[in-house]
Amino acid sequence: MTAAAVVAQDLAVAYGGDPVLSDVDFSLEAGSSLCLLGPNGGGKTTLFRALTGELAPASGAVSVTGRPAYVAQTERTRLDFPVSALDVALMGSLANGRWWLPARRADRAAAQAALGRVSLADRADERFGALSGGQRQRVLLARALVQDAPVLLLDEPLAGVDPASAEQIDALFDELRAEGRTLLVSTHDVDSARTFDRVICLNERQVAFGEPGPTLTRAVLEQTYGGEIVLLEDGDGPLRAVTVQHHDHSH
Amino acid sequence: MDVLDALLDPWRSGIERRALIEVILLGGFCGALGFWVTSFRLSYPAESLAHGMLPGLVLAALAGVPLLVGGVGGVLIAALVVAVAGRDPRIGSDTSTAVTVTGLLGVGGLLALTPETPARLEELLFGNPLAVSDGDLTAAGVLALAGGGALVALHRPLTAVALDAGGARSLGMRPTVVRLALLGLLAVALAVAVQGLGSLLVLAAVVAPTIAVRRHTSSPVGTIVAASAVACLAGVAGIYASDVAGTAAGASVALALCLTAALGQAGRGAGRLRSRASQ
Repeated sequence: MTAAAVVAQDLAVAYGGDPVLSDVDFSLEAGSSLCLLGPNGGGKTTLFRALTGELAPASGAVSVTGRPAYVAQTERTRLDFPVSALDVALMGSLANGRWWLPARRADRAAAQAALGRVSLADRADERFGALSGGQRQRVLLARALVQDAPVLLLDEPLAGVDPASAEQIDALFDELRAEGRTLLVSTHDVDSARTFDRVICLNERQVAFGEPGPTLTRAVLEQTYGGEIVLLEDGDGPLRAVTVQHHDHSH
Repeated sequence: MDVLDALLDPWRSGIERRALIEVILLGGFCGALGFWVTSFRLSYPAESLAHGMLPGLVLAALAGVPLLVGGVGGVLIAALVVAVAGRDPRIGSDTSTAVTVTGLLGVGGLLALTPETPARLEELLFGNPLAVSDGDLTAAGVLALAGGGALVALHRPLTAVALDAGGARSLGMRPTVVRLALLGLLAVALAVAVQGLGSLLVLAAVVAPTIAVRRHTSSPVGTIVAASAVACLAGVAGIYASDVAGTAAGASVALALCLTAALGQAGRGAGRLRSRASQ
């Protein structure tokens, strides 16, 4: 039996007042992938913040193998800050400690290799803020690769990403899973959730958790998204869903 | 030969030589610090702390203790009052900071205008690099060395947090601690630099050099080095201008610093216009 890489037990998370996310209870095996679904404000980013340790549980407990790498949405980064793609990838080596010393040659080599892995070796010296959204997302993934974390938390990595970058990011996810890393990916794309090993539906609480096929039923999706989803019957195929909520990243 | 003489002349005078050393030491550090202050969007809090330290400076003058002591005490009191006043969400931190700092300036003015106070209000407000003591020079030297060392050690955490605090946290950094360390360095820098530039003008040494160079550089290290160099040069130019024109030294240095910021922005604007015209 494979060991659990991420465990949440009856977890509730609050920002000082009442919990904004509760009843979260799941266990994820190492090397598997989990898709987080839910409306804006439903608790996806809050769960990530609890898993990184930024937010302490109001009740319950979480445990994560090692220090997870967090890949934020690129619009949450400072695009006017004058750093290159290589500088950003190199930040991953901070996880090794020695933050007060300059990066070592081995760290630079690892950062260059990570940029090569996301097909951006030739853009290493370009300013991070001048890259396209998809390229920036891949640079942040390169930073996570340098960090060499066993668990990766990816906050809507495909939002606003060009198709070519999306394809490369998807391929990279497959490689990371094959390496035994555990991926937690939040998204608004219900259909893409079916390609993951597990799915968790959040709407201020855990609505459902399990394998995508049996979990993503009409009832679960309606409980998760309320009126913010359109469900399309597609003959004998899986239920198709289109989310229609406005974008807001407050939770 | 006359030009060389004119350039060397201030270095021959003990008073002006000390002033030049003071502005070079302070400029070197404050120029570097300014990159991080602007990157973390701390210019307004920095201005608030600089202005709000006036009561501490006046009390130090009244008690006859070094202004540095009053500056540190004043910054701490200003930071505390601003933090407490900013807790009411109905008012908002910007508004409460503005009112609090104006109040602290008023208290400083009242204290400074009492008959018991030595006639030094102008120095406290506008500084006087020509009046720096050996202790002030030592403090500036320690700030340049120890503060510079701290900035070098904190360079990578500051870079990571400035780009993306959430990502930096997952790398093991503590963004709150990093911000507090930066604020601590800023508070010490303001307390030391206030002797030369005064409570009202000291912020120019921190913010203006980075504004002057930021659009012309492409990396944090390049911006920091350029801003430090510009701050030193502007400080020296201010002392020379004061010597030639007989103007107040502190205000001349502050004006020279702000002029570099304006020139840096104008230079970028002119370059953009030229490139548009050639298209």
